[in-house]
Amino acid sequence: MTETQHRASGTTAPAPESTIKTMTMAGAINAGLRAAMERDPKVLLMGEDIGALGGVFRVTDGLHKDFGDARVMDTPLAESGIVGTAIGMSMRGYRPVVEIQFDGFIFPAFNQITTQLAKMHYRSHGRIEVPVVIRVPFAGGIGAVEHHSESIEALFAHTAGLRLVSPANPQDAYDMIQQSIFSPDPVLFLEPKARYWDKGDVDTAAVRTRLDGATATADLGRARIARTGSDVTLVAYGPTMRTAMQAAEVAASEGTSVEVVDLRSISPLDFTTVIRSAKRTGRVVVVHEAPTLHGVGAEIAARVSEEAFYHLHAPVLRVGGFHTPYPGAKFEHDYLPTLDRVLDAVDRVAKH
Amino acid sequence: MDRHGPLSDDGLVTLLDRHGERLADPDWEPYVEHLTAEDLRGFWRDMTMTRAFDMEATSLQRQGELGLWVPALGQEAAQIGSGRAIREPDYVFPSYREHGVAFTRGVDLPQILTLFRGLEHGSWDPAAHSFHLYTLVIGAHSLHATGYAMAMDRDGLVASGNPDADGAVVCYYGDGATSQGDVNEAHIFAAVNDAPIVFFVQNNQFAISEPTTRQAKVPLARRADGVGIPSVRVDGNDVLASYAVTQWALKHARSGAGPVLIEAFTYRMGAHTTSDDPTRYRTRADEEHWAQRDPIARLEAYLLKHGELSDEFRAEVEAEAKALGKRTREAVKSWERPPLLTMFDHVYAEPHQQVEAERAWFDRYQRSFTDEGAHA
Repeated sequence: MTETQHRASGTTAPAPESTIKTMTMAGAINAGLRAAMERDPKVLLMGEDIGALGGVFRVTDGLHKDFGDARVMDTPLAESGIVGTAIGMSMRGYRPVVEIQFDGFIFPAFNQITTQLAKMHYRSHGRIEVPVVIRVPFAGGIGAVEHHSESIEALFAHTAGLRLVSPANPQDAYDMIQQSIFSPDPVLFLEPKARYWDKGDVDTAAVRTRLDGATATADLGRARIARTGSDVTLVAYGPTMRTAMQAAEVAASEGTSVEVVDLRSISPLDFTTVIRSAKRTGRVVVVHEAPTLHGVGAEIAARVSEEAFYHLHAPVLRVGGFHTPYPGAKFEHDYLPTLDRVLDAVDRVAKH
Repeated sequence: MDRHGPLSDDGLVTLLDRHGERLADPDWEPYVEHLTAEDLRGFWRDMTMTRAFDMEATSLQRQGELGLWVPALGQEAAQIGSGRAIREPDYVFPSYREHGVAFTRGVDLPQILTLFRGLEHGSWDPAAHSFHLYTLVIGAHSLHATGYAMAMDRDGLVASGNPDADGAVVCYYGDGATSQGDVNEAHIFAAVNDAPIVFFVQNNQFAISEPTTRQAKVPLARRADGVGIPSVRVDGNDVLASYAVTQWALKHARSGAGPVLIEAFTYRMGAHTTSDDPTRYRTRADEEHWAQRDPIARLEAYLLKHGELSDEFRAEVEAEAKALGKRTREAVKSWERPPLLTMFDHVYAEPHQQVEAERAWFDRYQRSFTDEGAHA
């Protein structure tokens, strides 16, 4: 309604309903999926137990009821089949969002993801777009059994053609799931399952104008300075962001100013933001749950040494998992990068 | 011959025997009765052209112009027969040996060779020919084909009420692929979704060196029984029968009745690829046995017997085949590698910081030689 019409009718515009809501991260992903499905009828969900059950983590709760079988498809129990058929559907203009039930179960689909999904755009000279989103509840910390706590990012980040992102809070989860869906590239959307029930405020309006393919994809690739600081740069993403923020808080109380970079995206990796911060602080610690050997932290350490060598006051340190299989749940509190281990690394670089 | 194993010829639909005699089969007659002598001559031409191209590609590989070639010798009838049953808006997912099907889809055959010369991984525009790119990971495309078929169904291209407007997917793979998890998953996804897809298995009896007996204990068509997909075994060296069963299968799939599996029993007369050496794993006698069943000779015998293959037409097709060979040779030898930096193109649809940075660095690196005259 235009302003003139308002005056003519003698009414006043109703106060807009607040677009800020408190949500859990799981709820934010659910709301983001719903918004994307409402926006574009080509968006559809595929996965095991995502229909009537709403997924084992209930992330798709209620969507089957509202969108029906055609939009929320319970699939046969076959991960390669899920990803492979999603590729075929995307070739006809659909935007499938597939759920892999747990990180450790993605490997039957490893071939489809790395040799097919990642390469289709390249080998077709850009003629075929495959905008498939693969949602994966990932990482540990929930006392789960074997194969339910894996950090899989490095295994996929090594493959050109894929984008990998991981939100660390409900707002990013809400925005990034939609931006992943409307990006023309395939995206692995890594959901830190231990953070599913963390609550936060979500503005549901802001992302609406940032969902065209180019903007959405560019936004996805940007890291965020979650906390500014001057002594040490702490780089984290997804599941380790909470520990990183706690570490910064404790360090501040001990007189060390820590800047926290939330990567948000693992591929591409926003080195510009990381290097800028590294040059400012001269000290960098990377924290992830995945084993440090051959990991994302190793890549960051190498880049920082290449591009910020003369600004460094200390070697880049990594805090993460060990080169062992993910151990039994009774070990995980010590296997994972705990607050103490992160603070230990911060102290070591600060005192260097 | 074992009557029950995967190499049995039990129950094969045959309309043209190996001597070119036409066999009556009332079940399949309706699918071929509209074919004219001119259509059959067309099949013969298609097969002859495909083979000429195939032989040329093998020589080009032997001359070092191609890194590798995968001959389709002996499989021309299965490919031309099925390919000629396909029409718009059907869509085809080949493996990597479907040169005959490519021909029926209007792909300019020499274009297939860019992949084998190492210039690119794809080639033709899939949408322009309703013919997807070759897939080298065995069976991986069967899932894409199934998903594509599921999407065609959603898009109203199946059982629309106008059978002439309906479409389906045809997915080609070989005997070896039937052991792959992806192919079995494709069967399951297709079955439970009633996807409009025809799985066309060319059992050419070898997965490189391994006979089909290393893949199965039963005829491959029976793979379909376990998932509830109707299937048929056809003499894959009989172009008429291959055409007939594909017509039937496509009609079934397009009508919304779900997937079909066709096993075309044939023989790979050539090597798996130009790197292969079939003398290490099969006998001369076996090859000779199958040479007697050459798919082109069979149709030729039939046409000659009925006075439908004039010397004039033969000469015309031979000249056309020769010209295709010449054009293939000239094209392949003329292809230069595209500019180096194009290897960074299309990795992503939207810019990716690391790819862009590497492209820019590599560009500077390359220019550093020419700009400074180091290589002048």
